[in-house]
Amino acid sequence: MTQASLGKSVVQKEIHAAQNNGVAANITHTQPLWLLAEVTYRCPLHCAFCYNPTDYDKHTQNELTTEQWIDALRDARKLGAIQLGISGGEPLLRDDIEDIVIEAKRLGYYSNLITSGVGLTEKRIKAFKDGGLDHIQLSMHDITEEINNFITNTKTFELKKKVAAMIKDHGYPMVLNVVMHRYNIGHIKEILEMAEALGADYIELANTQYYGWSLVNRNQLMPLKEQVDHAEAVTNAFRADPNNKMKVFFVVPDYFSDRPKKCMNGWGEVFMIVTANGDVLPCHSARVLPNMQFPNVREKGLEWAWKDSPAFNKYRGDSWMKEPCRSCSEKENDLGGCRCQAFLLSGDAETADPVCSKSPHHHLIEKAIEDSKNPVLSAQPIVFRNDKNSKKIIAGEFNDRVDEFHALP
Amino acid sequence: MEQMQINPSVSSSILNEDVYGLAFHHRFQWEEAQQSYVILFPEGMVKLHGGAGEVIKRLDGKVTVADVTADLKLTFPDAVGIEADIIGMFELGLSKGWLRKI
Repeated sequence: MTQASLGKSVVQKEIHAAQNNGVAANITHTQPLWLLAEVTYRCPLHCAFCYNPTDYDKHTQNELTTEQWIDALRDARKLGAIQLGISGGEPLLRDDIEDIVIEAKRLGYYSNLITSGVGLTEKRIKAFKDGGLDHIQLSMHDITEEINNFITNTKTFELKKKVAAMIKDHGYPMVLNVVMHRYNIGHIKEILEMAEALGADYIELANTQYYGWSLVNRNQLMPLKEQVDHAEAVTNAFRADPNNKMKVFFVVPDYFSDRPKKCMNGWGEVFMIVTANGDVLPCHSARVLPNMQFPNVREKGLEWAWKDSPAFNKYRGDSWMKEPCRSCSEKENDLGGCRCQAFLLSGDAETADPVCSKSPHHHLIEKAIEDSKNPVLSAQPIVFRNDKNSKKIIAGEFNDRVDEFHALP
Repeated sequence: MEQMQINPSVSSSILNEDVYGLAFHHRFQWEEAQQSYVILFPEGMVKLHGGAGEVIKRLDGKVTVADVTADLKLTFPDAVGIEADIIGMFELGLSKGWLRKI
């Protein structure tokens, strides 16, 4: 699982695109236009920045069946879902993605397979093409084999290049996602050049956001503000060159902003996730929030989940807000930021996102930035995302790494 | 001979005889739940106003801009001065990469 669809990235892009002359200024509210199917938490990669829950090991044995996924796709489509992301973990570890793709096409989804490339064969990609899969988003990590293999804790560098060529050969648009962190952000120019050389149509440079495994590894992953500024300048220069046809999305890192992101374009506004075990969530990490019971597709249907469940209604609109958000003139811009980040860092799910400079907890972000520069802290080993570490985290063996957070990331 | 534009008062690169189609990897469809036409593409979508949808609906890879305009005027005889809107839609679609010249 990459960080493709976190926060501003996917959801707001659609909003940006929709705010143009001749096009409806506002998207229809409270329709789950985007359905993310996190079909499995199993993954052959072990990325240090993965935003999947660190206790995912609990959910690798109780995955939804093919029939349950097909029912979920059908029900979400009735609610208005159009864009479908098939993600994970690594979705290709399931052998029924071909069936899911066929059903998605039949229902009229624009479908996207979000993959590391591991497990993509000629036979499978042909089946996806025949079945009507619309595009494939491939995660890439660096131009160097060393960093690719280090950050994913696997030897996948050559494979990714082969998969990129396979995607192109089958007539798919090539959409690359690169999660940016301390280890690759200095290579941004070379990464863009590599993507252009591979024939990419779109590239998403997603600065790491700190949830799940990436929060545990925050001190090890966070770049310097100067590195982020440099990366943005390089990106802008690339965009300004008329010879470059590739579309570049740059997802800004919220820790270095004064205002928080409008997370998911608002809670329960346009985005719905169904997780491997059937939980229905308004955002990727919502399960960290306290006193919340999220619906599950095995119990009541998606219509109830979206329209009526207490969880999806909890942070809709702004009536839940506290000061300083409640009376803030900018509250409509960001809706107070991310509830999960607010809770994880401050222990209060209804307070302003600490990223905001007006937040009473903003010092927590400043401290995190300072900690990431602390040579002792940043020299702690990375906790890679794997089953063994997930079991250890559940058992409390990494408490020293998660104690400062108010829930297990 | 100078090429005539549909609406000479609008300075535009869109010509009468041009043929446009949906850009590669883009899909156009009616959405029942939204009661509107949408264009879908990697990482995004746009919801179109009725008029914009009517323009794009007619692009089959063969019809010219003039054909589209004539057909829309025939279909919507009460709509006044729609030429500029039609050209505007082509211009927007091209600038956004939703359309390509065939």
